[in-house]
Amino acid sequence: MVENVVTLAIIVAQIMAIVGPLLLAVAYTTWAERKVIGAMQLRQGPMTVGPWGLLQPIADGAKLFLKETVIPSGANKVVFIAAPMITFVLALIGWAVIPFAEGWVIADINVGILYLLAVSSLGVYGVVMAGWASNSRYAFLGAMRSSAQMISYEIAIGLIIINVLITAGSLNLTEIVLAQQSVWYIIPHFPMFIVFIAAILAETNRHPFDLPEDESSLVTGYNVEYSSMAFALFFLGEYANMILMSAIAVILFLGGWLPPIDIAPFNWIPGPIWFILKICAVLFIFFWARATLPRYRYDQLMRLGWKVFLPFSLLWVVLTSGVLLAFDML
Amino acid sequence: MLEAYFPILIFLGIAIGLACIIMISTLIVARQHPDSAKLSAYECGFEAFEDARGRFDVRFYLVAILFIIFDLEIAFLFPWAVSLGEIGLYGWLSMMLFLGILTVGFIYEWKKGALEWE
Repeated sequence: MVENVVTLAIIVAQIMAIVGPLLLAVAYTTWAERKVIGAMQLRQGPMTVGPWGLLQPIADGAKLFLKETVIPSGANKVVFIAAPMITFVLALIGWAVIPFAEGWVIADINVGILYLLAVSSLGVYGVVMAGWASNSRYAFLGAMRSSAQMISYEIAIGLIIINVLITAGSLNLTEIVLAQQSVWYIIPHFPMFIVFIAAILAETNRHPFDLPEDESSLVTGYNVEYSSMAFALFFLGEYANMILMSAIAVILFLGGWLPPIDIAPFNWIPGPIWFILKICAVLFIFFWARATLPRYRYDQLMRLGWKVFLPFSLLWVVLTSGVLLAFDML
Repeated sequence: MLEAYFPILIFLGIAIGLACIIMISTLIVARQHPDSAKLSAYECGFEAFEDARGRFDVRFYLVAILFIIFDLEIAFLFPWAVSLGEIGLYGWLSMMLFLGILTVGFIYEWKKGALEWE
């Protein structure tokens, strides 16, 4: 009995040790995004609240917290409230299987990558429910677009993951990282890395694929009727999802917590630091894309997903499996 | 085996609890002053002309159907990808046959225009 309580307390402490820093990281991701985009446009970004605007995310959060929660009269109230909570919860629980270093993982399950694929697939429910429950034109159209886009790019992501699985020979995330000790998969699978980055931009509804929240035609898309913390939960969920997707990219292609070269001084730096640095590097690509690329048209977006990424990643699966089998490297 | 999933269940519980706390605490702290104009659906200042849940483009259905086919295929590829080392050439050729049939279907729907958005 006592042992069970202790085990439970340890698990809860571990979860808190991830959720707390994660929410802080989400807040400062928004700050970093505004700073990076500001720098790229020769502006300073937020500067007023705190030194270098460092308290800006806290101020934004406090302001949203004190706003009124508007639930439209035509809305399905229960679904309307549940939708942002689902988005938020799904963005958090993916972190249960992310390994920060060897053994530094809450749930070391043997089908970790399958779990992540399942959680990110469920993400579409929050969007669809929000669009449907709002009973508003813009929200509905935004949700339709968003769900079609997310499921289209889900397929490309699935096929890319298959490539990594063939090479690593395991569904466990720790083993996938350890399989990259000789060479990171970005080297043999470089085209897949590029496609994966584009696909996660589309999957998280980010620029240049942010059609669901296309300001000029849909105001902000599926979350147009949301205010206060209901909106904030969507916002937190979106950014937590971005960080989660970056972490998946790091695990699949950039060698997780492994240093670039296993010699001093690189291997003096502990694994989790490398892991976080690599996540920051991938997140920078998100900001960079937002600052530089114009938005896609919807037909271009669907064409890219179905006619370019899908055949290309399928071909790459055939190629990878064929080459590995022919040279007996499985 | 299932013990490994127990932390995920607790994680799920904590995440749902956190979401509920955030939603409920803002309802308590912030002042609520609803009125009929504020609660109407946003449509750039107009009264909503009709219910928002009307007809929408059939191509969204089409994409969803195609998604199911390809997602099943991916679910089928997962165990194959992990065990390719054991099933060897025979397993590889079997999957290539399956992928070949799937590709024929894919080419058909491409030529049929199911992937076009105008």
